[in-house]
Amino acid sequence: MNPAASAIRRPLATPPAPASPFPYNSGSLLSVLDLTVDGVSHLLRRATDLENEDPIVRDHILAKRRIALLFYESSTRTRTSFELASKALGADTTLVSSLSSSIEKGESLKDTGLTLRALGAEAIILRHNASGAAWLLEEATRLPVINAGDGMHEHPTQALLDLRTILQHLRPGVSGVGPETLAGVTVMIVGDILHSRVARSNMLLLPRVGARVLLCGPKELLPELAARSGPGIEIERDFEVALAQSQAVMMLRIQAERLAGLQLDLDDYKTGYQLTGQRLAEHAPKAVVLHPGPIIRGMEITAGVADGVQSAILEQVTNGVAIRMAVMERALTAESGAPADRSSSVGRENGGRA
Amino acid sequence: MTALAICGGRLIDPAAGVDAQKDVLLKDGRVAEIAGTGKLKHTDGAEVLDATGLIVAPGLIDIHVHLREPGQAYKETIATGTAAAAAGGFSSVAAMPNTTPVNDSPEITRWMQAPERGAEVRVFPIAAATRGSKGEALTDFAALKSAGAVAVTDDGRPILKDGMMREALAVAARVGLTVIQHAEDTRMTQGASMNLGPVSFKLGLRGMPPEAETSIVERDIRLVTELREAHPHLHVAHISTAGALAAVRQARRNGLRVTCEVTPHHFLLTEEHVGLYNTHAKMNPPLRSVVDREALIEGILDGVVDAIATDHAPHAQHEKEIEFELAPNGMIGLETALGLSLLWLHREWRMPLGRVLSLLSAQPAALLGLRGRGTLAVGSFADVVVFDPKAEWTYRATEGKSKAKNTPFDGWPMLGKVRWTVSEGRIAYAGA
Repeated sequence: MNPAASAIRRPLATPPAPASPFPYNSGSLLSVLDLTVDGVSHLLRRATDLENEDPIVRDHILAKRRIALLFYESSTRTRTSFELASKALGADTTLVSSLSSSIEKGESLKDTGLTLRALGAEAIILRHNASGAAWLLEEATRLPVINAGDGMHEHPTQALLDLRTILQHLRPGVSGVGPETLAGVTVMIVGDILHSRVARSNMLLLPRVGARVLLCGPKELLPELAARSGPGIEIERDFEVALAQSQAVMMLRIQAERLAGLQLDLDDYKTGYQLTGQRLAEHAPKAVVLHPGPIIRGMEITAGVADGVQSAILEQVTNGVAIRMAVMERALTAESGAPADRSSSVGRENGGRA
Repeated sequence: MTALAICGGRLIDPAAGVDAQKDVLLKDGRVAEIAGTGKLKHTDGAEVLDATGLIVAPGLIDIHVHLREPGQAYKETIATGTAAAAAGGFSSVAAMPNTTPVNDSPEITRWMQAPERGAEVRVFPIAAATRGSKGEALTDFAALKSAGAVAVTDDGRPILKDGMMREALAVAARVGLTVIQHAEDTRMTQGASMNLGPVSFKLGLRGMPPEAETSIVERDIRLVTELREAHPHLHVAHISTAGALAAVRQARRNGLRVTCEVTPHHFLLTEEHVGLYNTHAKMNPPLRSVVDREALIEGILDGVVDAIATDHAPHAQHEKEIEFELAPNGMIGLETALGLSLLWLHREWRMPLGRVLSLLSAQPAALLGLRGRGTLAVGSFADVVVFDPKAEWTYRATEGKSKAKNTPFDGWPMLGKVRWTVSEGRIAYAGA
C-alpha cells in the first residue's frame, strides 16, 4: 500500500551537528577539553616555574594587565586564588559580584561582559550558577574567558590543581604529563557526582593522562549514564570495594543548593559514603585524600580524616594559586604557547552554536 | 475580485488523487476550473501565473504556530507571522492560545481573525481548553467554536488532572472539536532544559525524561478509550518520543481517533544539536535521542504520523542571548518546513512528493475539519502554493519574513522554492 515503507529499513542519512566554533579566543579555558595533553603538561610545568620564580621578576609578567573576576556565586578558594595568582603576575584585578552590581538590577551576562570589556578588562574569570555561562560570555565578548565553575558543568582549573596534587603524591618528581603518566592509578570520586562540576572536569581530564576514574555514590546522586561521559570512567557503588581499588580518593560535598526537590536521607548517606578514619585505614591506608572544598565536617568526611596524614586538602588549595598563575599567563601572553587545539577537543567536535 | 489562472504547471492534489499537467482557474476566492494545459475555458480577464516547470498544490496548512498576538507583539505579530507563513507556502495556520492574555474567550478568538490584524493568510485560532490555561475550569467550547476556534488546547501547560482531561475530551466530542495535548508531565520536568540522557549529564543540564511525554500520551489514550462511545478526537502535538509514537500507533489499531504531528526539527535534529548551549536548539519537547528521531521518521514514512507542523515559536533576539537554562523554548519554522521536508523526506528518504504534500496540507485539513481546504477540487478555497521542486537554496534567517530569527536551521540547504502562495484567491506571497 505504501511505497515508502520499503525504504524504512535502510540507514537514514541525517544532517550532522555543526562543528564547534569554541573557543573563539585561544587564551580561553572553558573546558578541560580545550587543552591537549601537551597543553596540560605545559601548564603544569609553568605552574611550578612560576611558583619558584622570584616574586619581583614574576610581577612583570602581566604587569598592569586588567583582569576582571565576575562572580555570580559565592566562593572562598577559587576567587581568592585567582585574585592572588593574577596579582602575583602583576595584573590589576577587579571583582564584580552579582550581589553588589547592576546584575541585581537585571543587567544580562552579555551586557555585563561587554561593559567589563569596555572598562578595559583583557580577560574575564567567570563563576556562574548556570551551566554553559562561560560559553555565552566568550561568544559575546571574544575575550579570554576562564571558566571558574559553570553550574553543574565544569571547573577546569580545579581539575588541573587536583591533577597537580595527585602527581605530587603518586608521581613525585614528575613535572609534566603524557597519555600514560597515571597508568595503573585509580582515582575515585565519591558522592554528589550529579551536581558536581568538579567531578565532570576531573572525569574528562584524568583518563587522558592515563588514570582510571571510578565513580561512587547512590543512584540519586550518580546516574548510570555518568559512565558514558567519556572513556576510562566506571561506576562502583560499594564505597569500600571502590576504596580498596583507589590510590586517590576525591570526596565531594552534597550540594544542598542544587538538590531541587531531590529527597535524600542524610543518615543513610553517611552510613554508606562518609569517609571515616576506620574505613580509610581498612581499605585505603596509602591513598591520598582530596576534597575540592568547602568541606562539611561530619557529613561526607570526618574531621579526623580531613586533618589526617593522608589528607591533601590544603595542598590542593595551595596548588590552586600555582595552577591559576599558569592559566592566567596562558590567557594573556602569546608566548605562553599551547594554543587551543581543535583536533584534541575530544567530544566537542559536535558542539557549536549555529 | 480578480481571477487568477495558474498555467503550465504540474498539479499535485493528493486529496483528489490528481498528479498531472493541469491549469487551474481561481475566481472569487474559490477554485473555479481545472483543465489540461492550455484548455481553461473561462480565463477572460484573469491574471496569468506561468507555472511552467513548477508544482501547483493545495496551499500548505500548519496546525501549530505561535503568532504571539495579543500581548507579545515584540516577538511576532499576526501580520508578520502570517507573512512568514505565506513565504513558506502556507495559506492557513492554526494559532495557539498561549498569548497574553490567554485566548480563552470568543472575544479574543474573534479579535485574532479580524481584518485589522493584517493577516496575509487564513488564521484559525485554537482556543484554550481551560480558563487561563490553568487547568481548573473548562472554557465554553461551543461559544469558542462559533467564534471560529478549530480546536482546544492548553499548549505548553498540559492538562495533568485526569478528571479535567476527561471532561475536556467529553465536552469537545459533544461540540465536535479536537482536543490537542502538549504531552508533558511537568512534575517530571522541573528545572529541566533539554532531553535527559548522556548529553544532558555531560552538559550539566537537568533533563526531561522521555517518560514525561509517554506517560501523558498513554494516560490520554486511556481516557479516550473510556470515552470511546462519544468518539472524542485526541491530537498529540509535536510528538517527540518513540514510546509516545508507539502508544499512538496502538491506539489507532484499536480504532481510536488519536492523531499526531511531528515537527521538522524533531525528525531532523537530536540532543547532540544542542552543541555547546545553543539556545536556538532549546525547545519543548526537547530535541531527543537518535532512537527517538529514527522512530519519528519511520512513523512519518509508514503513515502513523498525520501531519507535519512547525511549532513556529518566535522569540526576540535578546531572549535567546542568555544562559541556556533561562532561555525560552522554541524556534521559528514556517519558512523552512517545506524546504526541509522536500530535501529530507522526499529526496533523501524517497517519500513520494504527493505524500509529503499531503502531510503538509490534505491531512492537517482533515484532522482539524477545515472544509474546502487542503485540496484544489473545484469549489474549494483558492489556497494554492506554486513552487519549484528542483530549486536548491540556502536559508538565511535574517532574510526571513518573521520578526524573529531564532532557528538552528540558519545556513541550512533547502530544496524547493516557493514562487507564489495564494490565499483565498489573493497572492499572499510572490517569490523570485
